[in-house]
Formats: sequence, structure tokens, C-alpha cells
Amino acid sequence: MGDLLAGLTEAFRMIVTLDAELIEITLRSLRVTLTALAISCLVGLPLGGWLAVRRFRLRRAVIATMNALIGLPPVVVGLVVYLFLSRSGPLGVLGLLFTPTAMIIAQIIIITPLVASIAYQAMRDLWSDYHDLLISMNATRGQRIVTLLIDARRALLTAALAGFGRAIGEVGAIMIVGGNIDGATRVLTTAIALETGRGDFALALGLGIILIALALIVSWGSHWAMRTERQGTW
Amino acid sequence: MVAALPLTLTGATLRRQGKTLIGPVDLTLGRIGVTVVIGPNGSGKTSLLRMMHGLQRTADGRVGWSVADAIARERQAYVFQRPIALRRSVLANLMFPLRLRGASRAQAEAQARAIADRFDLSAMLAQPAPSLSGGEMQRLALARALITEPEILFADEPCAALDGQATRQIEALLAGTAAAGTRLVMATHDMGQARRLASDVIFLLHGRIHETGPAETFFAAPATPEAKAFLNGDIVE
Repeated sequence: MGDLLAGLTEAFRMIVTLDAELIEITLRSLRVTLTALAISCLVGLPLGGWLAVRRFRLRRAVIATMNALIGLPPVVVGLVVYLFLSRSGPLGVLGLLFTPTAMIIAQIIIITPLVASIAYQAMRDLWSDYHDLLISMNATRGQRIVTLLIDARRALLTAALAGFGRAIGEVGAIMIVGGNIDGATRVLTTAIALETGRGDFALALGLGIILIALALIVSWGSHWAMRTERQGTW
Repeated sequence: MVAALPLTLTGATLRRQGKTLIGPVDLTLGRIGVTVVIGPNGSGKTSLLRMMHGLQRTADGRVGWSVADAIARERQAYVFQRPIALRRSVLANLMFPLRLRGASRAQAEAQARAIADRFDLSAMLAQPAPSLSGGEMQRLALARALITEPEILFADEPCAALDGQATRQIEALLAGTAAAGTRLVMATHDMGQARRLASDVIFLLHGRIHETGPAETFFAAPATPEAKAFLNGDIVE
């Protein structure tokens, strides 16, 4: 109980004093996660739409694989990305290991299947409603996907938020590929892990509270922007 | 502009899982008139319409338009028995078919507002389409189908589940559409409606055309005992 209270006090202190290090870490967390999320959505949302409207032989296998990849262990993803980016790895020449870019790459791999899968499920249901109409109106395949992306936008927001949640709270992979370097690749989650290891529970908890607050703010903000639950049920 | 009609079906057959749903059907639809497809439940009215529209692929035979299929597809529209509302505003629903065809937003909106006026939808343009009542939704579906000025309109029981006033409204709009030169092919189970709108009749039984002819002759003196029984309101198997 005392640790929790100390954590709250610490969080409050850091926010009120606009702790420089805290701001830097928080901004880096946001930058890495939002960049990864944007790229994941760019890939995952159209992929989900494409899977919803397209019938091909390996479709079920592709969907099953995509769903399985949701459970991909982040630590393993981190390890594989590490091996690819390390000096002796195939992409070693790029010198990306222990940079925020490496962390972004790892997060993209971790959250894209999640984003694509939720997007696919939402658009598959919508497609069963729209199928006859869009075929009747002679919509091209691209137009069908765009229509689903637009009309399922609120469900796609859920997909994006799920991706955001997974990425912002992720620690295993970015610890491995980022290295938790102070001032370069330290983010909220890796800082929490570090402070916990050091025994500074108040600081760790303070950072944790800020992390949770961040997730809430992003979720509220996007729901407010999309005006969900305000115009009908969709 | 070369007309897509007449539409000629030659031995057109629809099968699902080895079962023949429709056909073989031989039929020619001319450029004008209102063809009403009637028949007992399960006789294949919907399947016939869907096959003609190209929503269902024929297993045998041909659905032949007088122009290339790709052009013919642009000249037809379909109103479903259960109207499909896009999860958008009424205005966006009306603009949708035009936008698909590459019309500019301004042009599509102007046309949508004009047709909304004709279909008594102007008051609800900003409303989300899924919140409309049954009759309003069917009016929207009809307006959305007609906004591209199709040469032929397929309507599958457009007044099913509507009350008297809404049915009257839809019928008037359909009659007006036909009078303006759009070829109408409509399935219905409502014999009163068939009599009011039809210029010719297709009587379907077990997926085949059992009897067909001009509406006046068909209703006054049906040639087959099954058609006679059906018009009498008997159960036809």
C-alpha cells in the first residue's frame, strides 16, 4: 500500500514539475508506437478489407495464419529482428540496431496481425451485408475495399486501438532491439522494467501510472474524434 | 447510345449443389413495359431476377444483352427485397452509385438532391440511412437504384413488409419510372399489385416459365390450369 501511494505521489510530482526526462521518455514512447501503428494500419486495414472481399484457394489458411500470428511472442520477434539487424546479420549494414527505428520495426511485426485480424472480422461482417449491393452496382474490387474501410471505420478504430495498446505496453522486443539506452532508446516500459530491477518502486509505479494515463487519453481522444456511440450504433 | 435491351435468355439454367433452381428458361424482354414475375413461394422469382441481373452465374445457357456485358452491367439496377442501407447518411447513399462511376462530389450531390426531391426524401438527407423506416428505406433504395438512370430496373418484391400507404407510394414511383421509359422487371406475390402494374406477366412454377403473356389476357383468361388455380388463390404445388 505504501509503495502504491509513493508511486502516485511520484507520478504527480513528475507531471507537475514537468520532469525533463519523463517528457523525453514519454514522447519517445509515443513516437515509436504511433509510427509503428500508422504503418501497421496502412498495411493491416487494407489487408483485412482485401481478405474480406476476395475469395481464393488459400484464403482460409492465410486467415488462420494471420490469427495465429497475433499470439507471436514479442521476445521472439525481438530476437529475430535483433539477429537480422545485428552487425553480422543480413541487414547489419544499415546500422539500425539499438535505434528507435529497430523498435518500430519490431512493433510493426508484433501488431500488424492483430490490426489486420480485427479489421478483417469487422469488414467480413459488413461485406456480407453489402455484398449483393456492391456487386449489383458494379463496384470494382478496389472500390469495394474502400467502401468497407469507410463504412467500418468505427470498428477499425477498435482495431487501431488494440494495436496501440499492444505496442505501447510492449517491453520484451523493444528491450532487445532498442537496448534501453538512456537518451536514445529508453521508453516508458523499458524504464519501468529498469527501475523495478533497481528497486525504485516509486519511480517505476509513477511511470506506470503515466503509461496507463497515456493509453486512456489516446483512447478517449480517438473515440471523441470519431464520435462513436453518438450517431447510431455504428 | 445503343440500347442494352432486348435481353434474351436462351436455355438459361441456374443450379446450386446439383439441384436445378431455374430453367431452362427461354425469354426475350423488349425495350418497354412492366414485366411482373409471379408464382408460388419457392418457384424461383428471386433467383430468376438475380440471374438476369448477373448476380448469379448461369450453369447452362445464356443471358444475352444486345451490347457487351460490361456495358450492359452499367445500364441496369436492382432493388432488393430487403433493402440494403449503406452505413452512411441518406444523401451519401444516394450519391454512392454516381461516385462509383467517377462523378465529382458536387455533381453527385446535385443529382442526389434532385432525385431526393422526387422521392420525398429531402427532409431526411442528413439522417443515417439505417435509421429509416421500412417505407422510407425502400424509397431510398429505389431512388439510389434509379439515380444512374438505368435502362432496366429489377425489383424483387419492393413492397414486401410495407404498409398500405408506403406500398401506394412505392407503386406510384414504380409506375412513374416505367412511364418515363425505364424497363421494369418486378417480382411480387401481391396479385393486386401485379394487376395494377403489369403490362405482361411471367408465371413461374418450379423454376420454369409455366405461362407468359400480356397482362390483360393472362389475368382475364389464364391458359393453364395451374395459373388459373394460382389466380384463384388455391395452393399450387
